[in-house]
Amino acid sequence: MASFTGFFGSKKGMVATGLFIGIAAAILQRLGNPANMGICVACMERDIAGALGFHRASVVQYIRPEIIGFVLGSLIAALAFREFRARSGSAPMVRFMLGFFAMVGALVFLGCPWRALLRLSGGDGNAIVGLAGLAAGVAVGVFFIRSGYSLGASKKTYTAAGWLMPVIMIALLLLLLGNTMWGASKSLLYVEPEKFAPFFSEKGPGSQFAPLFVSLGVALVIGFLAQRTRFCTMGAVRDVILMREMHLMWGVIALVIGALAANLALGQFNPGFAGQPVAHTAHVWNFGGMMLSGLAFALAGGCPGRQLFLSGEGDGDAAIFVMGMIVGAGFAHNFAMASSPAGPGLWGPASVIAGLAACLVIGFTMRRTA
Amino acid sequence: MADTLDMRGLSCPQPVFETKKKIEAMGSGALEVLVDSGTARDNVTRLAENRGWAVSLREQDGEFVLRLSK
Repeated sequence: MASFTGFFGSKKGMVATGLFIGIAAAILQRLGNPANMGICVACMERDIAGALGFHRASVVQYIRPEIIGFVLGSLIAALAFREFRARSGSAPMVRFMLGFFAMVGALVFLGCPWRALLRLSGGDGNAIVGLAGLAAGVAVGVFFIRSGYSLGASKKTYTAAGWLMPVIMIALLLLLLGNTMWGASKSLLYVEPEKFAPFFSEKGPGSQFAPLFVSLGVALVIGFLAQRTRFCTMGAVRDVILMREMHLMWGVIALVIGALAANLALGQFNPGFAGQPVAHTAHVWNFGGMMLSGLAFALAGGCPGRQLFLSGEGDGDAAIFVMGMIVGAGFAHNFAMASSPAGPGLWGPASVIAGLAACLVIGFTMRRTA
Repeated sequence: MADTLDMRGLSCPQPVFETKKKIEAMGSGALEVLVDSGTARDNVTRLAENRGWAVSLREQDGEFVLRLSK
C-alpha cells in the first residue's frame, strides 16, 4: 500500500480490528450481554426499537449503548482524520427499504452477519447455514453489480445534515443515562409510567447487558477502528466474489479467530445445533433469512455495522438505511415475522420471500446501461 | 492526456469495480480516477497497486485525484 493510507489501510490494521471486535464481543457476553450476542448490530437496533416502543416484544427492549458507541466512535475518527463529509441523496427511499428488508431477514435468522460470525465462534452450527445464505445473497448482489446496478451518486450537503445521526445517538445516550444512572426514571414523570417509553426488558435478552460504560467504551473503540479500516462483513464476501480481493475478509477471519479463542478461554464455546442460545434449527429459513439480508446489504453497499460507521462520518444515505432497519424491526415483531428459539414467526417465511422479490425488483430495475 | 474516471459520490464497490474494469481493459497506460471519500481512495489504491500500477495522490477541496500508471 502507498504510504498515505498508513497502518489502518494495511492488512495488519484490518486483522487487528477483527481480532479486537471478536475478543471484545466475547468479553461483553461474559460481562452480561446475551449469549453469542456480545455484539449484534441488528439485534441491538431491534432492542432500541423496542425500548422506544416501536414494537411490543417485551423481552427485547433496551437502549443498547453499543450502537451509540459505533456511530460516535466513527464520528470521532472521521473528525480526527478529516474524513467527516456530509453527503446524501443517493436513492434514500430505496436504501430505507433495503434496510427494512435486511432487518426482516436478520430477525428470521436471529442475527446480523456480525452475530452469525459470533454464533459460529460460540459453536452454533446453525450459523454455518446462515453464513451460507449470506454468501448466496451477496452473490446475487454481485450479479447485479456486474450488470450495472447503481443507486447513483450522493451529493455534498450541509455539515449540520451530516451531524443528524450522531446527534440522534447522543439523544439516545441521554435517554439511557437519564433512565438508568441518573435516576430520572419515568416513574417520577408519569402517573402511569408503564404506558410510556422508554421500555426496558425485565427478562429475556433485553434484560441482559454488560455495564453501560464498558459497552459504550468498547463500542467507541470499535467505531473508531472500523471507520479507519472500513471493516465490513458483507463487503468481505462481496470483494472475494467480485474481485478476488481478500483485504476485508482478513478482518472477518480475524474476528472469528479472536472470538473463538476468547470463547474457549472463557468457557463460552458449546458446539451443536439444537438448543443454541437465541437460535432455531429451521435450516431453510436460517439460510433464507440471511440470504435476504446479504442481498439487501450488497445492494446498499455495506453490512449493518458499516452503515452505522458511515452514518457517523456524515453519510445521510447510510443513516436512512439504519432508520429502515429500526422500522423493519418494529414491523418484524409487530407482524409476527421475527423468529423465536421455537422457530420462524407465522409470517417469517412469507416475509423472506416478499423481501427477496422486492430486492430482485430493485436489482433488475435500477441498472445503468453503459 | 490520461483517461479520466469520475467516481465522485458513488458508494462501494462502484469506484473500485469500475477502476478494475478500466485498468484491465487498458492493460497499461495512465488513468486518472476522481473520488471523494477516503474509502474509495484507499480501495482504488489497493486494487491498482495489487495489479502492479503505480499510484500517486493529489488532494483538492476534500476530493482526491488518483493518478494510476503502468
